[in-house]
Amino acid sequence: MAGDLLERRLVVVTGKGGVGKSTVAAALAVAAARRGKRVVVAEVGRRADVAATLVPGGDDRPGVAHEDDVERFDERPLAGPWGDGLWHVSVSPEAALREYLRDQLPIGPLAELLRSSRMFTALTAATPGLRELLALGKVWELAQAERRTPGAAPYDLCVMDAPASGHAATMLGAPAQFAATARVGPVARQGLRIADTITDPASTAVVVTATAEELPVGEALELRDALRAEAGVDVALGVGNGLLADRFDAADRAVLDGAGEDPAVRAARHHAARAHDQQRQLARLRRELGAPVSTLPFLPVAQVGPAQVVALADRLERAIGRRAAA
Amino acid sequence: MSAPAPLVAASLLDRLAGAQVVVCAGPGGVGKTTTAAALALALAGRGRRVAVVTIDPARRLADALGVGTLGNDPVPVAPGTLAALGVAPPGELWAMMLDPKLTFDGLVAELAPDPQRREAVLANPIYRQISTAAGGSHEFTAVARLHDLDRDPRFDVVVLDTPPSRNALDFLDAPDRIAGFLEGRAVQALLGQGRTGIAARVARRGTNLALGGLRRLTGVEVLEQLATFLAVLGPLTDGFAARAAAVRALLRAPTTRFVVVTGPGPVPAGEAIFFRRHLQAVGMPFTALVVNRVTVLDPASGDGDGGAVGARLAPALGAPLAAKVGRTWDDHRRLAARDAEAVARLSAATGDPTPVVVPMLDHEVFDLPALAAIRDALLAPRS
Repeated sequence: MAGDLLERRLVVVTGKGGVGKSTVAAALAVAAARRGKRVVVAEVGRRADVAATLVPGGDDRPGVAHEDDVERFDERPLAGPWGDGLWHVSVSPEAALREYLRDQLPIGPLAELLRSSRMFTALTAATPGLRELLALGKVWELAQAERRTPGAAPYDLCVMDAPASGHAATMLGAPAQFAATARVGPVARQGLRIADTITDPASTAVVVTATAEELPVGEALELRDALRAEAGVDVALGVGNGLLADRFDAADRAVLDGAGEDPAVRAARHHAARAHDQQRQLARLRRELGAPVSTLPFLPVAQVGPAQVVALADRLERAIGRRAAA
Repeated sequence: MSAPAPLVAASLLDRLAGAQVVVCAGPGGVGKTTTAAALALALAGRGRRVAVVTIDPARRLADALGVGTLGNDPVPVAPGTLAALGVAPPGELWAMMLDPKLTFDGLVAELAPDPQRREAVLANPIYRQISTAAGGSHEFTAVARLHDLDRDPRFDVVVLDTPPSRNALDFLDAPDRIAGFLEGRAVQALLGQGRTGIAARVARRGTNLALGGLRRLTGVEVLEQLATFLAVLGPLTDGFAARAAAVRALLRAPTTRFVVVTGPGPVPAGEAIFFRRHLQAVGMPFTALVVNRVTVLDPASGDGDGGAVGARLAPALGAPLAAKVGRTWDDHRRLAARDAEAVARLSAATGDPTPVVVPMLDHEVFDLPALAAIRDALLAPRS
């Protein structure tokens, strides 16, 4: 693994739905912010789970569709014990399209007219890969040392809370594919530049998250192949999420199996069986992913909040630090 | 959005009485596929002929059901297998794994006026891209297949598992989005008044605002490809429009039921509540809430904490193991309390006074006995 994950410009977090991608993205961003970096978390897909996690009681709720502002991007600071270097933005393809048109078309009113055209909207929706490319283009813009957005301060790191597996591979592959289809034109040119950033391991790292269960681990391994095939990208880090404490060894389990039906013994057997299954899936992930794998514990809380994310950031930072030093 | 109207307390099977279509919807990673299969098994056990459409099931579960290969037509689960699960004739269970690409191709074949035009669409690079799962066709093909199976005389009821989406709403929106595109706005935009020389006109008509803008954005090759695609698709648009309208109607039919499946964690719970409200907003029915993988406290448990448990079990298990059991007991009670709270909150927010609570099993569900255990949990009396 090439160097320190948090020293790149773009970290993309993906994995199967429901495995805690947003929590991992939040923890990585917090770890970077505590190093004094200026970090932005970019969420795509009408969600704001990172914001809901880091600022409980704010406008966003976990799992609830985020009403994106289609006119412009709202880069908001997320204050917390990590200092004032953490920002959040929700990236919708619609806003990305409008921003792109404003940038590309010399005449403002023309862009206005165009984007209000139903025909134009239908055509952009119909063009395969264009929505993905536009959203990813915005994420790329956020990761640039010199930003295209007038007056916008640059970030040291952009953490992207990406869509689930298959869609993420398509999205990361969209720039290269579009560039190949279009060959010439502004989008083709920009597609090539974005593809260069994404396939450069010094600039971009992809983190694949999986809970230690059969389907999510299987999907993580398929995703590794899809990322290589569709986007030319290798996975930099795997995260095994939601791990139960592995506190019962084989001898313990044998004793528990013969220890009767006391509710606490049954709960312990249940825990031991699940933890054992998890360890086998984690071993499979470590064996087959072709990238280092860090683990995060299962959190038995009603709502993951800033305190939990900070604790997870500690763990990830230690793991990343060890690997960078190794 | 206003708070949803509460449901009347009733068993899940009572609420599914008269159903011809059952859609299992909800966030990713909560066990929707397993719920759909177990629900289908339950309905078959009541003598109905059931087809279950699964999306990306666990390989071992698919093998256990005998549907281990992708195929676009349901295959019957063997009568011997069903008998072992307590399903007897006239009850039948058929299962299939949705192949979006095959479904899309089948739809094109059905709607194309002649073989030439069918081949032209199937060979088009843009068609090939949008007809893959990643192009968003999963959602569209799932409901398209639902529509076919609903009219299939072999089945009394069709149970549909829904694709994993970042946002459960995508499932409801995507059919309209793809259908809206296929049914002709974009086609008309490009074809305009005539149907000849499209690519040439695209290149010539720099003054056409929308085309000019898109060309500016994407380059002329993409636009030409798109024009070609929409031209070959043109003859099929009426068929797509009719199909999309039929699907929209089917999802709102009185014989259609929506079962919202979720888990007790904060994110899936939040998404389920949001989804349930959206169902109401778009005029689709809400039938029941299923909460999977819930940690449930054994009613026989005393109120002793981990320390007390450790002391009680130390003579039998030895102090070190008893202490670990005690720690696990504290975790278990904490989690059970969290989950009970989550279920209560979900119940109130979705308006289902008796949500189905499926306990967390010892292992993931990959075989038929485990599926039967989930079915039994779905059918367990509720209070």
